[in-house]
Amino acid sequence: MIRVAWLVARKDLRIEARSRVLLWQVVPFGVMALVLAGLALGPSDSSRASAAPGMFYLVMLLVALLVITRSQAIERTPGTRASVATLGLDPAGVFLGKSLALAIELWGIAAVLLAGTVLFLHTGLAGTLRASPSVVVVLGALAGAGTLYGALSAGAASTLLPVLSLPGFAPLLIAGERSYQSALHGGALWQWWVIALVALVAYLGAGILLYGVLEES
Amino acid sequence: MKLLSQRLLGPLTLVTLAATIWLGLVVTPPDQTQGDLARLVYVHPAIAWVALYLSFGTATIASALYLWKRTRSMVMDRVAHSAMEVSLVFIVLTLITGSIWGRPTWGVWWAWDARLTSTAILGVLALGYLALRRANDDPVRRATRGAVFAVLSAINVPIIHFSVLWWKTLHQGATVFTANRSLLIHGIMAWTMLLSFVAFSLAYAWLLRARYRLEVARDARAQTSLEEMLVTRRAEAVS
Repeated sequence: MIRVAWLVARKDLRIEARSRVLLWQVVPFGVMALVLAGLALGPSDSSRASAAPGMFYLVMLLVALLVITRSQAIERTPGTRASVATLGLDPAGVFLGKSLALAIELWGIAAVLLAGTVLFLHTGLAGTLRASPSVVVVLGALAGAGTLYGALSAGAASTLLPVLSLPGFAPLLIAGERSYQSALHGGALWQWWVIALVALVAYLGAGILLYGVLEES
Repeated sequence: MKLLSQRLLGPLTLVTLAATIWLGLVVTPPDQTQGDLARLVYVHPAIAWVALYLSFGTATIASALYLWKRTRSMVMDRVAHSAMEVSLVFIVLTLITGSIWGRPTWGVWWAWDARLTSTAILGVLALGYLALRRANDDPVRRATRGAVFAVLSAINVPIIHFSVLWWKTLHQGATVFTANRSLLIHGIMAWTMLLSFVAFSLAYAWLLRARYRLEVARDARAQTSLEEMLVTRRAEAVS
């Protein structure tokens, strides 16, 4: 399973590296959304700084929707499904591989957008660095959930993915935003870590169990 | 031939609902602090019970049974679909009755309270389930994807249940029992509330049964249409 996961993750990342869609389309979209968020919040420094964690995660969710759609589109290219079926790849491994590739892509985009929140929304650098581990866990859970929801909505209208996934992402958004706020302004962090870790384990567990069933259908 | 219990389900539902309305509006006294507003306690908790636990629970269990190979059948899929539709109706009713209570008590129709928000999210998840089913024409794919989504969505139910303990926002905690299981509501008020739970549970069973029969009829109609079309095409080919 791990070997298959590694193979699939490398394949997805290689395709992204060659197409450069992430670099030239998704990252600029994220930065633009963050700048627009700053404009919408007005000139007050305090309102921008207090809204920054929420804005960061909201932009990350929008970016994640694009990346998930990309990730699923790779699986729908002619011949891919037939190849996976012919090779007899373990669906759990395929799920983990796709989740890992998605997580790495989201982590990369998050690094750019976190720098953007410091630059445009004036959040503290030290607090943002303290929030980074929780960002890694929350986005890891988002990647697992996104791979599952992406497989659920595959082949249907592209508008279906946000309808299915955004309510499921809501607890992750809350946990991420609260942990970022706590890292910036102090306060209890552990309960948000628990929610993020439980979500990570739950989504990975559900994906390992159910991805094969989805692919069969 | 219908079973006696099936025949009695409709009349029994109507009688218990009527009794709940009569007891709730006429017999029970107004609350000492909240006055007549407290009468919503005979409606709102029972509707929420049906929405979150009974119908969403049925949809989740039927979905899980569909995903398990040993119990996989279209019966489970139909039960899950029917229960989810009924659940959506009751979730909307839960939010409406909650808002009616919230306006005079909190001063707003809607608050960003943990329980309200998580219940609304459950409603959107139920809508998503129905949208997902409509997006897939193949019955097996529709059933499988719907079942996976329902099982994934069920994680929201314990979040709603414990939200009043975890976040401690506007919504009050337990209404019927304290933490050590002693009753918070007594006498005729307690009996009326208990009756409301029975009445709305029966209403749920009635609706679920009606919706399930509709689903069976729709499947049969689809099958008949397909067969009719095949016969017509064959006849055209022969002539």
